[in-house]
Amino acid sequence: MAAHAHAEHVEHHGPPAPHFSSRVTPGVLGMFLFIASEIMLFGSFFTAYFFVRVVNGTPWPTPPFHLPVYVAFVNTCILVTSSFTMHWALQSIKRGNVWGLRAGLLLTFLMGLTFLITQAVEYSRIGFNTTDGAFATIFFCLTGLHGVHVFVGLSILLFMTIRAFRGHFSAEHHHGVEIGGIYWHFVDVMWIVVYMTVYIL
Amino acid sequence: MRNPLRSEADAFRFLVAVIVGALVIVGAAYVNTWLGVAAAIAAVVGVGWWLKQEPVPGASDPAPKLTSSTPAGTHRVLLVAAPGTESVRFANSAAEVVVVVPALATKVEALTGGVDDRRADAERTAEALAARIPNARARVGADDPGLAVEDALREFGADEIVVAGDDEFVESVRSRVTIPVSRA
Repeated sequence: MAAHAHAEHVEHHGPPAPHFSSRVTPGVLGMFLFIASEIMLFGSFFTAYFFVRVVNGTPWPTPPFHLPVYVAFVNTCILVTSSFTMHWALQSIKRGNVWGLRAGLLLTFLMGLTFLITQAVEYSRIGFNTTDGAFATIFFCLTGLHGVHVFVGLSILLFMTIRAFRGHFSAEHHHGVEIGGIYWHFVDVMWIVVYMTVYIL
Repeated sequence: MRNPLRSEADAFRFLVAVIVGALVIVGAAYVNTWLGVAAAIAAVVGVGWWLKQEPVPGASDPAPKLTSSTPAGTHRVLLVAAPGTESVRFANSAAEVVVVVPALATKVEALTGGVDDRRADAERTAEALAARIPNARARVGADDPGLAVEDALREFGADEIVVAGDDEFVESVRSRVTIPVSRA
């Protein structure tokens, strides 16, 4: 293109580079769109939950089954704490504290792993299975769907942690931690909603 | 509205807000089921209001003005006309004219699929005007005059802009560029 245009005060030859229509970077926008689709996925499961429990009037939990509310509460505390360590990790690397990042990511990973193992143990001891009525099916679907997301989050965290120990992140370049952090907080938010609706209310 | 998942820090704050909201809902639900429902509605509205109030970083910054030029020996004019403009009078000394007509559509039209009709209107206007001007070509622009001009400058470049439209239309173009803008 022979003609050229450029932003004010910037020396530039040729046509200006395409600019983002949004002020959000493509990486963050991609994660946002991904999470939006995830919310719709969880929304469909919650719709089934409300249909079974509210519209159909199924007792929750259906006797004689019981939900391990206190174990799940401890698990919730672990997962929420992992979000705080995730936040600490990112704040650390923003200040150039590489060891803070490494410690934060490692703690987050370990707490996420603890959550997932506890959930698996809980499944094995819970006393009912997916075939034991609509209540059991929805319980396993909702908590299982979330568990899968924790597994994905753990995979992301694992790679982030490996990269952190290899020195891939710095105060200027830590986008990989930022994106993974958004996903991890989203997984936490979804668990709070799942825990509140399935276990507490 | 600020995107609650815009950054890790925003997502973390959103998580804290969700925890507080969940505690309020559970507490209210233990008192009375309907109170819990009311708390849930209030929490959702509250979070929505909070996000609405939160400033979006950079949103209030003025868009950078564009400047443009063409190589020596070329003189290209960008003629920006509002849809429905039937004729334009301007001193045409340009070697080339690019007629840009923004496909202006209301929000209702944007939501109800009326944009295609507005684009067709804009295309008719652009082609009719271009047919009357020597060395002119027609182009349909975005639904905002400033954006339409910006796109055309990025694609073609121009030495000056001539605008045919009301004061608001002219100002929306003038505010986005540093090259000379005159009114047809």
